[in-house]
Amino acid sequence: MADHSKSSPLRTYFGVWIALLVGTFVTYEAAFIDLGRYNAIVALTIATIKALIVALFFMHLRHAHERLLKLVVIATVFFLFILIALSMADYGTRDMPVAPAAFAILRWS
Amino acid sequence: MSMATATIQPVERENYLNKHYGVGSWLFTTDHKRIALLYLISITFFFFIGGLFALLIRLELLTPAGDLVQADTYNKLFTMHGQVMVFFFLIPSIPAVLGNFLVPMMIGAKDLAFPRINLLSWYLYIIGGIMMVHCMLTGGVDTGWTFYTPFSTAFSNTKVIEAGLAIFVAGFSSILTGLNFVVTIHRMRAPGMTWSRLPLFIWAHYATSIIQILGTPVIAITLVLVVAERALHLGIFDPKLGGDPLLFQHLFWFYSHPAVYIMILPSMGVVTEIIACFSRKRIFGYSFVAFSSIAIAVFGFLVWAHHMFVAGISVYAALVFSILSYAVAVPSAVKVFNWTATLYKGSIHYDAPMLYAFGFVGLFTMGGLTGLFLAALGIDVHVTDTYFVIAHFHYIMVGGALMGYLGGMHFWWPKISGRLYPEGWARLAALIVFLGFNLTFFPQFILGYLGMPRRYFEYPQEFQVLNVLSTAGATVLGVGYLLPMVYFLWSMRYGKPAPDNPWNAAGLEWMTSSPPTTFNFEKEPVVTWEAYNYDELDRDHNEEVKVVG
Amino acid sequence: MSDSTVVGLHHEEQHRPEKLHHFAEPEQQRDAASFGMWIFLATEVMFFGGLFLAYLIYRRLYFPDFGAASKSINATLGATNTAVLICSSLTVVLAIWGAQTARRSLMIGSLVLTMLFGLVFLGIKGVEYKDKFDEHHVPGASFSFDHVPIPSHPDQYANPRHAEIFFALYFIMTGLHALHMVIGLGIFTWLLFMAWKGRFTPEYHTPLEVGGLYWHFVDIVWIYLFPLLYLIDRHP
Repeated sequence: MADHSKSSPLRTYFGVWIALLVGTFVTYEAAFIDLGRYNAIVALTIATIKALIVALFFMHLRHAHERLLKLVVIATVFFLFILIALSMADYGTRDMPVAPAAFAILRWS
Repeated sequence: MSMATATIQPVERENYLNKHYGVGSWLFTTDHKRIALLYLISITFFFFIGGLFALLIRLELLTPAGDLVQADTYNKLFTMHGQVMVFFFLIPSIPAVLGNFLVPMMIGAKDLAFPRINLLSWYLYIIGGIMMVHCMLTGGVDTGWTFYTPFSTAFSNTKVIEAGLAIFVAGFSSILTGLNFVVTIHRMRAPGMTWSRLPLFIWAHYATSIIQILGTPVIAITLVLVVAERALHLGIFDPKLGGDPLLFQHLFWFYSHPAVYIMILPSMGVVTEIIACFSRKRIFGYSFVAFSSIAIAVFGFLVWAHHMFVAGISVYAALVFSILSYAVAVPSAVKVFNWTATLYKGSIHYDAPMLYAFGFVGLFTMGGLTGLFLAALGIDVHVTDTYFVIAHFHYIMVGGALMGYLGGMHFWWPKISGRLYPEGWARLAALIVFLGFNLTFFPQFILGYLGMPRRYFEYPQEFQVLNVLSTAGATVLGVGYLLPMVYFLWSMRYGKPAPDNPWNAAGLEWMTSSPPTTFNFEKEPVVTWEAYNYDELDRDHNEEVKVVG
Repeated sequence: MSDSTVVGLHHEEQHRPEKLHHFAEPEQQRDAASFGMWIFLATEVMFFGGLFLAYLIYRRLYFPDFGAASKSINATLGATNTAVLICSSLTVVLAIWGAQTARRSLMIGSLVLTMLFGLVFLGIKGVEYKDKFDEHHVPGASFSFDHVPIPSHPDQYANPRHAEIFFALYFIMTGLHALHMVIGLGIFTWLLFMAWKGRFTPEYHTPLEVGGLYWHFVDIVWIYLFPLLYLIDRHP
């Protein structure tokens, strides 16, 4: 496995490790500050960045030979997104009045 | 490229069946072909059990009164009929039997990527099956195969936990099969076997595997939640405790809708192989058929809430899912067009596999079209939870998936067993299945349209005639299913020994012996020809005949 | 083909017992194993994904109650555990790097450290669970969550039924995660044993890579669990 960019992986690994710890610290501290709706967004954004760098660097996804592995990851995340987004679309629209556009048309005529 | 046509191979030659003897050599095998046969025996066993439940249901429904069994018992009958048929027969059937047997050979490999995981998947299936049988023998389940909450979690007095765990275990069998196929198809193809030369059977199984990998874990976690809720009296799905029953339905159907594509896609792959061979033509629109399999897998994940139109989801969600459900029909229709175009001006042979393929195309089309009826919100409100839905999915599952399975078993039987089945009996059985099927399920479309609800053991007097027709059809259908079991077994002892390629079919699997040796190929094949090269095959065959004759 | 001695292998190392017959070359076998693990991880994503859906839906429906329940679990311990797992992921990649560069002591030491971090994680989790048990926050007959103020509206109390849903999901999600940690520890015990016996070389350390992938995935799950469960509504 004489490989391409394994020349100085240690620097990358330690760099990622520091970044992960910093991200954890920032997430923790930010939770105690009132950012309104953005608390959740900040926390999840940092979490996603952390997950990405673990996948790309610790799990060597960055150096994957083909795009195949990246496709597997993207496809999986996509279908998880579908599960969550379409289900939440149901819950999110349950309280909406039925067919407001239809009422508008009726009023117009 | 010459085909060994008329020479009969002596049966004593070493092959995967006679290489080792003894129960241990079967139970500890890693040979994908032996594992396929282990699955064949197991799923046939469960098919009998599911069929037995169906028989009892149809017997009860001969009369309007609920007089054969009690209401609670009837609930158990339709529940276990559904669970056994879906999870222990249809989902494994083609992938675990024909897929396991053929995928490595079709791509020119010696085995799957992970043979021991293949064996593990069979053991998981068996463990799940034993748990299911035990559950049935000690009281059964009455929640419907759909396990809807809060009845299943808080009210049912039956063995919900055990049934849920049984299906959980069997689900991992499905996941591992899918995993194995994807890695195998990507990594183990013989030199020259590019993606565009793969048999469409492989494309179909690849798409199926994607669904198995991404969908099955969701029902696994859903069953975990149901078991936890029932055991610990949680309130995740219980409205009295703040939970939402629709959350269960979202999670359940997120898998169970793509699951129906797990059941139909492999069958479509089989039908494609059969139609090409018995029309002696290349498949019309190869790329379209290949990509439509992938499209079905992808779109199939986007439509699940069409099972929940009247359950309480928002109207806007219902609209979105309705439109998406129309979209998912398009790739299926593409396949039907391509099969038809392949048949056009083909040299049609009416062997038994082709009869099943014809049956598939017609019945699947009817089932699929009635699915579009159901996708329309206005119609669905009237016919949901009636026999219309039951007829719809039986047209696809039985008229489609099962007929494809039977067609494939006939087509590849000579390869699997080294014997020829009796063609006359096979054609008769195919005809009986087709007639019995339509007699059983067409009346159910009418019953549903007239308003007979599903899962009811008694019904108004005016529905009796149609129910009697349906039960009569079920009896005929049963005969049609028994016949192949009898003559397949008969052929293993008394059937004519099969040549390597009795159909003069295209595909690497036909270049192995019948039955194949343990490692399939003497040496690794190098592929230099396109798929479905029937024009070349027939030209070579005619030249050989000229030389000989 | 393989070079030899530094990792302390036997001389019959030319014969590769790990090479399975149905693969044409070792590269193919390694690629297949890695690909297979990635696909398995895809199934795990969907497995946990169902729980995340349930969580997200109820968090949206019952945000105030979830906020109150979340505040009652120990965020410092949660953050500590996050750091512990991050360190364990580092030691995993160091172990693999040790195998790649034939540094046996580093490889084995890193594997041991990884497992130690894993045990620390589980220990802290045990402390948390015990706290919840003592406070009667475990769903079931003895559950109680009365008179707990909602973080953003301290004059109102959280609905105990809704809080119980939070705790049900909390225990199921972290419990399932902990189960995966335990399985991971089992896998790494076996990897440590193989490493000790000298089975890994710069050319062949596929089990380490594959086990490492699994471990990183378990870390990633926790990376999401931590903010979602512990930090819903912490600001006064």
